[in-house]
Amino acid sequence: MLSDQLRGRDRVARAALYVLLIGGLVFVVGPFVWMLLSSFKPEAEIRANPPTWWPHELTLANYGTLFDRLDFPTYFTNSAVVAVVTTVGNLLFCSAAGYALAKLPFAGKRVLFGIVLGTLMVPSIVTIVPLFVLSSNLGLVNTLAGLILPYLAQAIGVFLMRQFILSIPDDLLEAARIDAASEWRIFWRIVLPLCRPALAALGILTFLASWNNFLWPLVAATEEETYTLPVALALYAIGQNRTEYDILIAGAVVVVLPVIIVFVLLQRHFVRGIATTGLK
Amino acid sequence: MPRRPDAADTSAPGSPPDAAPNRVPADPSEASGPTPATPSGEVSGAASGEAPGSAADSAAGSASDVRSSRAPGPGTAADSGVVAGPAVGVRSGRAANSPRGGLSRALTGWGFALPFTLLFLVFTAGPVVMSLLMSLTDLRGTDLLNPFNVNIVGIDNYVRLFSDAKFLTAAGNTAVFVVVGVPLTMALSLVVALGLNSGLVRFQTVFRVGYYLPVVTSIVAISVVWRFVLQPDTGLLNEILRFVGIDGPNWLNNQTFALPTLIVMGAWRNLGFGMVIFLAGLQAIPKDLYEAATIDGARRFAQFRYLTVPMLRPTMLFVAVITTIGYVQFFEEPFVMTQGGPLDSTLSLAFHTYNQFGFGNYGYASAMGYVLFVVVVLLSIVWFRLLRSNVE
Repeated sequence: MLSDQLRGRDRVARAALYVLLIGGLVFVVGPFVWMLLSSFKPEAEIRANPPTWWPHELTLANYGTLFDRLDFPTYFTNSAVVAVVTTVGNLLFCSAAGYALAKLPFAGKRVLFGIVLGTLMVPSIVTIVPLFVLSSNLGLVNTLAGLILPYLAQAIGVFLMRQFILSIPDDLLEAARIDAASEWRIFWRIVLPLCRPALAALGILTFLASWNNFLWPLVAATEEETYTLPVALALYAIGQNRTEYDILIAGAVVVVLPVIIVFVLLQRHFVRGIATTGLK
Repeated sequence: MPRRPDAADTSAPGSPPDAAPNRVPADPSEASGPTPATPSGEVSGAASGEAPGSAADSAAGSASDVRSSRAPGPGTAADSGVVAGPAVGVRSGRAANSPRGGLSRALTGWGFALPFTLLFLVFTAGPVVMSLLMSLTDLRGTDLLNPFNVNIVGIDNYVRLFSDAKFLTAAGNTAVFVVVGVPLTMALSLVVALGLNSGLVRFQTVFRVGYYLPVVTSIVAISVVWRFVLQPDTGLLNEILRFVGIDGPNWLNNQTFALPTLIVMGAWRNLGFGMVIFLAGLQAIPKDLYEAATIDGARRFAQFRYLTVPMLRPTMLFVAVITTIGYVQFFEEPFVMTQGGPLDSTLSLAFHTYNQFGFGNYGYASAMGYVLFVVVVLLSIVWFRLLRSNVE
């Protein structure tokens, strides 16, 4: 249907498009590549003017210094524990509550869902003060539990799970009920397996949000032994060591690399999950 | 003439999977066709929900029984009502007709919802209300040990905001960040999405993963890296600029450049998010609309202006709202990169709120947080008005 003339124009358009998109890609990915390369440069080369792109001399010294000077294994463990527990908790609590909201009748259901919807847009800074007061009263400040509990049951997770479970046909559940299956059994054996895509999306995105979360850990972790990675890195970056780029760059790599690896491996789920949920 | 973009409403990424069953056919010819599957499915669902009384009684749960018990339809409802109703005697309606009765099912419902609800009320909904109450008091960090020092001051905190020069500066900075940043981010992500959706580009996955990379990474780490990239002498950016003969400024230490730099960094970080959502939105536009437009002689730009843009409105609304919510709260970038400087030129509302909290001004910080909340809601309404599908 297309004429040859149009095809010629398409070829030009395609070339222009590649230039544009690749240029954009270099702009977006460039800083990451530079970060990774620079983390292997000796300190003097990091400070060199003009800067170098490719390391003239490869070294792991920056990572050595990082782990000598900072208790990175502790921060890493804290981040991992908080993220894993938060993720498992959300998968469990949000899918259970989502099932109840989507398929079970109970008093106060509409009110509960209304409250969930009402808090979807609340900025996290709004609840920082009362959360901190609450945590101090409960003795949760400076504990990992204090970092986890406020994020263990999130409105967006319930919203996502409810929406997904609504699409499961009632017939399926009713058939199981006729077979005298308990609601718990129905939930475990029928609903959860069908929710796999939603659970994958929710799990990945919750894990990421938790791993990258900054404001609350910054407020609630006041001692080094409960710092998460972003908190440790940020406080190091703005403290008296703010110019120690060798350590900062290596630290940034340690924070970012696990996430990038997970992302690249699971990118299929990511894109699908994001497109259907709108979570970041 | 293309169809009105009703269909796009239901296929917007913001309205997850259940949207499809609820979809109302946009085309009258579809609607006037044979009865759609959904309603009949619901009828049988309801019938099977009411029939089980007999099935459970006879304790025969085989699949064939299920089917046969379903066949009579609503007629069995009365039966099972008699069986299940008195046994529980509390509720009427569909719940009461289930095998185990209404009360137990209601309890089961709460059993599922309770763990979430408790955590959610204590750690999310409760604090949202508490924050509002605190904003009406002069609560300070030092008052936590003797709560009787706290006085109710009404809206004094809110009034005080308007004479707080730092708050006004922060509000101005945040406004600039949002007003410039959101359209910039959306435009860039739309351009990338259109490019990837044009069908002219291969290696889609590489582009998607690459553009999306900053979205998944910690803003703190990104801020550290960018501080490094933006160094006046040893930074990558100025080195590239020197290459083309421009003497770049000290980006983050310059009152004029600091905030625009953070805005560009925000767009850099978030364009991948908009890209993914826009791609989903673009792919939901039926291809035959473009074919029809081509046959009608509409050129590429006309197709974009009169077909793509209207069909993409719900998607745009979604991206705009999510991006705005994020940008109104921007905090990590100034915290790590500039500490709000130079001379408060990058102080954001969230950062100022955090500082006031750090100073122990809990009541005042709560008021500021609530202002932020109201701004988020108002801006969402503005976006909704601007971008709702105006179906004439």
